[in-house]
Amino acid sequence: MAQITIKGVKKNYAKTAVIHGVDVNIEAGEFVVILGPSGCGKSTLLRMIAGLEEITEGEIAIGGTVVNKLEPRERGCAMVFQNYALYPHMTVRKNIGYALKVAKVPKAERDARVMKVAQSVSLEPFLDRRPGELSGGQRQRVAMARAMVREPKVFLFDEPFSNLDAKLRVAMRSEVRRLHRDLGVTSVFVTHDQIEAMTLADKLIIMNAGKVEQIGKPTEVYNNPASRFVADFIGSPAMNLFEGEFDAEGHFVHGAGGRMNVSQLNGVRQPGRKVVLGVRPEGVRRTGADTHGAIPAVVDYVEELGASRLIHADANGSRIVALDNDSAELKSGTPVHLSLADSALHLFSLEDGRRISH
Amino acid sequence: MIERSPFFDFITYLAMAFGALVVVIPFWITLVAGSQSLQEVSQVPISLLPSSHLFENLAAAWTRGDLGPKLINSFIVAIGVTVGKITLASLSAFAIVFFSFKARMICFWLIFITLMLPLEVRIVPTYSIAANALLPFQVILDTLGITGLVQAVSGVQIALNWNLLNSYTGLILPLVATATGTFLYRQFFMTIPDELVEASKMDGAHPLEFFFDVLLPLSRTNMLALATIMFVSSWNQYLWPLLITTDRANFGTVVMQLKALIPAQNGTPDWNVTMAGALIIMLPPLLVVAFMQRWFVRGLISRDK
Repeated sequence: MAQITIKGVKKNYAKTAVIHGVDVNIEAGEFVVILGPSGCGKSTLLRMIAGLEEITEGEIAIGGTVVNKLEPRERGCAMVFQNYALYPHMTVRKNIGYALKVAKVPKAERDARVMKVAQSVSLEPFLDRRPGELSGGQRQRVAMARAMVREPKVFLFDEPFSNLDAKLRVAMRSEVRRLHRDLGVTSVFVTHDQIEAMTLADKLIIMNAGKVEQIGKPTEVYNNPASRFVADFIGSPAMNLFEGEFDAEGHFVHGAGGRMNVSQLNGVRQPGRKVVLGVRPEGVRRTGADTHGAIPAVVDYVEELGASRLIHADANGSRIVALDNDSAELKSGTPVHLSLADSALHLFSLEDGRRISH
Repeated sequence: MIERSPFFDFITYLAMAFGALVVVIPFWITLVAGSQSLQEVSQVPISLLPSSHLFENLAAAWTRGDLGPKLINSFIVAIGVTVGKITLASLSAFAIVFFSFKARMICFWLIFITLMLPLEVRIVPTYSIAANALLPFQVILDTLGITGLVQAVSGVQIALNWNLLNSYTGLILPLVATATGTFLYRQFFMTIPDELVEASKMDGAHPLEFFFDVLLPLSRTNMLALATIMFVSSWNQYLWPLLITTDRANFGTVVMQLKALIPAQNGTPDWNVTMAGALIIMLPPLLVVAFMQRWFVRGLISRDK
């Protein structure tokens, strides 16, 4: 187990900067997920921890030792790759045991350790097969076993499940969770799948365009997104975001002149201030026309989810999505009234996208 | 392209049969002539049916050409060149593909240029190097004035000399460098996914361990294909062995002996013995191709992983 400290880390390829200074502390034994859209630099950051990319500026320390100049093998990290990266000509047994062979571990001990690890991911029946004869899920398990057998200080996962089908992905997720609980090794997991991120992470790092947007527990990130980007990126269906400004009476004006009564935002309602108002679909409910502050809208279409439904509607030129549990049939074009739950409002500056606390 | 016309099939088979005939006829004539007696082989027109004297002709050729020791020489040279070429080609391709050093592109182009400089073109300078492999160093020392300086100070004259004429080293070394092999390996190494390289780094493998444990086993079919080509081409070398070996008795190769088997201008025209000798001499490369052809085709065409 080891702590990882990332201080002011930057990465440039020739003249292009891909990571603009990242500071993160990862506690020993923590499971950290780096989440972000493709091209945000999350894999590059992981590869810099692993030692597969050079660090242009800044410092990475694992377990108190600065590793900037160390070879990957000296850093004590094990990595699980997206495309498994198994040696195609070696059996599963040799694939798992290769790191030990290279480290000159005696054959008897090597076999015992390979067997133990293979048992923990239920691979014993396949030990003498080649990777080509295994299914995707089994290959991924071999890749994990190969990482585990070295008993590393840190596990690194680079989008390991993106080649698996949805069902296997769920199974592998719980497997990774279980392994982390049993081994307690510090883990860094890179993904672009927010459900994977939310379910696995002790700590979530959201990255965008080479910068860290927010670091926090999954619930914190969900309930208090630090920026417009995080608000939009986290949560499915995505948060409703309205660009607009406050008028003289403190109403929020958006779209083609739609008004919302947002008295709960008292204190930040300076007239003329340009902001983005966010509210998650579960914070938007259908209500009667006489409710105070009800927003009139016209149903565009309804997405049936089984237990509930998503109403996509148009409110004065702004698109709004509401989560609805009422089973009454709604046709396209039906007028409805929506209200925003008091506690569910998020406010961001239009200018830099940062959260405005209220 | 799939064609289902009987006429087109016929044409295709005709072309194939013609090609096969063109390839097989010389071998057939060699075999036929090698099995005939002196009278039979001297008939005009020659008979295209084999006769019964094959084994006596083989025996005659064997003793006349001293083929026993010469075959051993040929094997030593052909295997030496093949092994040397594969070693050099795989290692140089390894350096060019997997390491980013400053002179990488220069090295690549230098190797590329040698494609345009076959042995025949550079045979005179190559010969003078073989006559004294240390000649370049001598020239460097002379030019820098070090020879003169040492002579003035100590009275000892530096004269470097390493003669490779009439030796296996001389027969093998100048043939070992191969741009073709380097290219074949380079193409194969470039299909190796980056993740595999990175996985071996994470496993703590040294680059050479990666080379021996991962790259070489994966390139087995390529290696066998290359070995086939290289073995046949070095077996067939004529000009270089002829030039470098004055001591024919000890360092001659079988292909050189073929010349010795050809009847002299005013001697007995026993072409039957010459043909029997040719049969013996072309047998090893034929066998190598026959055994290796499965790997040969796979290694050059498909990318089997």
